Amino acid sequence: MTAVRLNINGKVIADDVPPRLSLADFLRERRNLTGTHLGCEHGVCGACTVLVDGEPARSCLMLAVACDERDVATIEGFAADRVIEALRRNFHQHHALQCGFCTPGMLVTARDLILRGKASSEREIREGLAGNICRCTGYTNIVTAIAEAAKETPHG
Amino acid sequence: MKAPVVEYIRPGSVTEAIDLLAQARGEARVIAGGQSLVAMMNLRVASPGLLIDIARLPELTAVSEEPDAVTLGACVTHAAIEDGKVADPSCGLMPRAAASLAYRAIRTRGTIGGSLALSDPAAEWPAVLTALDAEVTLCGPSGWRTLKCTEFVTGIFETKLASDEVIASVRVPKLSADARWGYLKLCRKSGEFASALAVVVTDRGRGFSRVVLGVANGAPLVLEEASRVVAEARGDEVGGAVAGDLDRAADRLFDEFQRNLHIVTAMRTVQQVLQ
Repeated sequence: MTAVRLNINGKVIADDVPPRLSLADFLRERRNLTGTHLGCEHGVCGACTVLVDGEPARSCLMLAVACDERDVATIEGFAADRVIEALRRNFHQHHALQCGFCTPGMLVTARDLILRGKASSEREIREGLAGNICRCTGYTNIVTAIAEAAKETPHG
Repeated sequence: MKAPVVEYIRPGSVTEAIDLLAQARGEARVIAGGQSLVAMMNLRVASPGLLIDIARLPELTAVSEEPDAVTLGACVTHAAIEDGKVADPSCGLMPRAAASLAYRAIRTRGTIGGSLALSDPAAEWPAVLTALDAEVTLCGPSGWRTLKCTEFVTGIFETKLASDEVIASVRVPKLSADARWGYLKLCRKSGEFASALAVVVTDRGRGFSRVVLGVANGAPLVLEEASRVVAEARGDEVGGAVAGDLDRAADRLFDEFQRNLHIVTAMRTVQQVLQ
């Protein structure tokens, strides 16, 4: 067991974890933050994407021990975020999800694309979403929802 | 799947990391971004007894600039290179390559040194750094040593990095202002590993031209004849030169499909430079 202290969604958490525990399993099993989903567990599907120190990261490819003294933001931590608010509303309006398994990772990734100014065209959005797999929607509605949310929330 | 049981330690310096590596007698692996290593552990392809986390060592995230080169610490992330947060010696080639590497959520954690240490034949950095004639500095129990990238990568997932050494930095010569480069990564889906990868650099100011193929069934393959054709701007002769270079690389055992992919990728990349 290794002691870790990290900030999750604005709250400082101290815990002892086995080094093999991924950040995703730490969030889900230890903190009951089950909004972070685990699909492939090798970095390809994007469902487990969270923010680490403000940047998107695969929580399946990060060990919880390596997140000591870092800030982690999960989908549960965005209640007051204006970009996520616009994304959530547009995902709803444009039917950009069906089963919802990929949605937390899609939202975290889409928020980052918008804030970095990488959501200004369909092509750019599709490139930016290449690391997030959705097996329901065929992506069209997700791309539309992100494009609309990007128009509402100019980056910066 | 889940990673196997492992011990973890975060040393405070490179020297300490090297001591730990030596004590572990081959049972330890150095972890930086972990974007390949943790995936390999989750897939149970790798099961080190001890992880030595070097990602936050200031010595390994530092960047320094000289008049003719930039030295990047091994733990500089792909995203930092993509975003231009570190000095770019390559007139845009390295940021371009970084942006094509996997996905943003991987690039924010994965490091240039980690990519070199693994040297996946389909990876971007071994080919790009070979094309830029970069040098790799290693640190081990007997001190520091520096190798050309062309010597460092020896084969498929094979390098000169000893089990008790750590990659410290990568030194990339600066391209002249009028240098040109071409880069093409062929893959069926953005961000996945390349099916074919070509990098071309031509820098008349320094009398340097090089055409390199990745995904080359071994270390990045320097195409000597094609490099000469680029240096002399003999655009019409590119196809023949690449084919000849591939004939001379018979030990790479390319099948007909790979050979055609390589020829097309190399030709398109050379065209970016000679246009």
